[in-house]
Amino acid sequence: MPHRTFISFIWPSALAMMLFIALPIVSVAVQSLFIAHEQVIETVENCGPFGCKTVEAVNAEATAQLRADEPLGRFNGAGTYINRNHLAFEEIGLAWAEASSPGDFAGRVLNLPFYKALAFTLTYTFVVTPLVIILGFVIALAVNRIPGMFKGPTIFVSLLPMIVTPLIGSLVLFWMIDSKGIIGATLQILLEDPNLSLKASTALTWLTLIVYGVWHSAPFAFVVFYAGLQTVPQDTLESAMIDGASRWQRVRHVVIPHLMPLAVFVTLIQLMDNFRVFEPIVGFNAQANATSLSWIIYNDLRGSDGAMLFGSAAATSMLTIIGVCILLAPVVLRTWRANRHAA
Amino acid sequence: MARKSPTWLTVLSLGFLILWLALASVPFLWTLWGSFKVEADFFSRQDWRNALFGIRTLAETGATSTGAGYEGAWVKEEFWRATINTGIMTLSVVAISLTLGTLGGYALSRSGFRYAFWILIVALVFRAMPHITLVSGYLLPFFQLNLWGHLTTTIIVMVAINQPFTLWMLHSFFLNIPKDLDESAMVDGCTRFQAFRYVIIPVMWPGVITTGLFSFLLAYNDFALTGLLLTEENRTMVPKIASFLGNAQEQGNVMYAVAAVVSATAPLFVLVMFFQRQIVSGLTAGAVKG
Repeated sequence: MPHRTFISFIWPSALAMMLFIALPIVSVAVQSLFIAHEQVIETVENCGPFGCKTVEAVNAEATAQLRADEPLGRFNGAGTYINRNHLAFEEIGLAWAEASSPGDFAGRVLNLPFYKALAFTLTYTFVVTPLVIILGFVIALAVNRIPGMFKGPTIFVSLLPMIVTPLIGSLVLFWMIDSKGIIGATLQILLEDPNLSLKASTALTWLTLIVYGVWHSAPFAFVVFYAGLQTVPQDTLESAMIDGASRWQRVRHVVIPHLMPLAVFVTLIQLMDNFRVFEPIVGFNAQANATSLSWIIYNDLRGSDGAMLFGSAAATSMLTIIGVCILLAPVVLRTWRANRHAA
Repeated sequence: MARKSPTWLTVLSLGFLILWLALASVPFLWTLWGSFKVEADFFSRQDWRNALFGIRTLAETGATSTGAGYEGAWVKEEFWRATINTGIMTLSVVAISLTLGTLGGYALSRSGFRYAFWILIVALVFRAMPHITLVSGYLLPFFQLNLWGHLTTTIIVMVAINQPFTLWMLHSFFLNIPKDLDESAMVDGCTRFQAFRYVIIPVMWPGVITTGLFSFLLAYNDFALTGLLLTEENRTMVPKIASFLGNAQEQGNVMYAVAAVVSATAPLFVLVMFFQRQIVSGLTAGAVKG
């Protein structure tokens, strides 16, 4: 296809992506270097019966005017990146100097908002992804064994946790697991612990979110693996059987190698999707014990701490984008090498 | 398979499958059933069976089930407005995404040049970008340009965010349509556009429908964009439900949220029921060909 025709086909799509994906990334990068103007402080002389005093007062009008004139704020360089709410170099140095043990140091670092969110995001991503693949594979094997007439309804039910809106899915589970819900309340009665609640401890909150993540994503892995199982070469299976391979050996040496490319695909998609974990934290109301990178950006932008913190949200966004690039680097490098060899 | 599997394996496998199906369906059935009860039943601290039989519901309303949650959500809290907004948004997003995506995906699948490959890789990186990082790029410019809050803005943004995925999906569908088809049309004197119009469009519908389903789900399920880019009266269903959570818990009207959740889930159930085959083929299309 000549370049000119190619461009005339692709320009609407490319323009949309330029304007609303590439340009916003630039906008994020710029915003991350600025912070809101400080309040305008004026020195006012207050004269009373006992003489004059100079007082420093906030000029609200001038502040509002300045902030409206320059919404971007003032240039702050990398200041936002290294402050307490982001990379917190100073606090980490302090923790390093004062910490009595490595555990103490880790505890102090994980109390900083950014590292707390990073820890949960990474744990979630790297625990949920393998569990999803294992569970999806086992479901696919089990569904593959049942008679044909049951397969359709089984797949229908299995798809539900994935199709449903993440926020809604997490709410549905939350209303059951919460201390007032059916599972939470029953557990309290069974264990005779009226204070048992998923919000009670960090470990329980993380566990619940991970369970939700696996529940939500397992159907995706299941469907992909199930489709893959339909194309397993039957003659290889049969010859393995003739050679005396056991059931397990056939799965291990014929089925799993055949599904390997699919597992790579599922892993890639899951890494991307789990890294942006956000809705379940809102749904489970879990922000006290578990925050993610996406969630702290949301929190800054929602202005829940007073004003909308554009600079802070932008700095976290830049760090998140860098995280995504690191996550994807192996895949892109591999495709690049494969492409170079092919060319 | 030729050999019969041992009984224990069949039992184990069936048992596991039944357990999974219960995990996948019971939460929804429970919420559907509970949405017709009062809060004291659905969130019963004494006995979970209260929710099944509606003990408190009977005491409070005189019947074992009540539509109070639905009435509160739809009439009092005006959930119908959010439903209309969701309808407008999802349909526009699907239509525009598919139009741009088919053109782009077709070009990518037919271009023999290196840059087509790189466009796809860049699209993959864009696809991995958490949506909320982009929102933090939009907000300030949108406030300045007075674009914030409108449904139209959100539609355009969502179309753009959908593009990487749409391009990948349609690109792999078009690769499956033999090149000879449109090339022979061009040998017969068609331009590229005519070949696309008269040869490719008639045969592309299965791929377009599948991709459209996923664009629909993306737009319907989104919270990161709709939660931050829309004014209160332009809210779609998902941010509307999220807003119930904030004030419903105080007012003791959490049942509004339960009813709204059931209402918003129902269309998705219908969708899966009718398009199960397309969804399954769509999920696997990327895997098998990518």
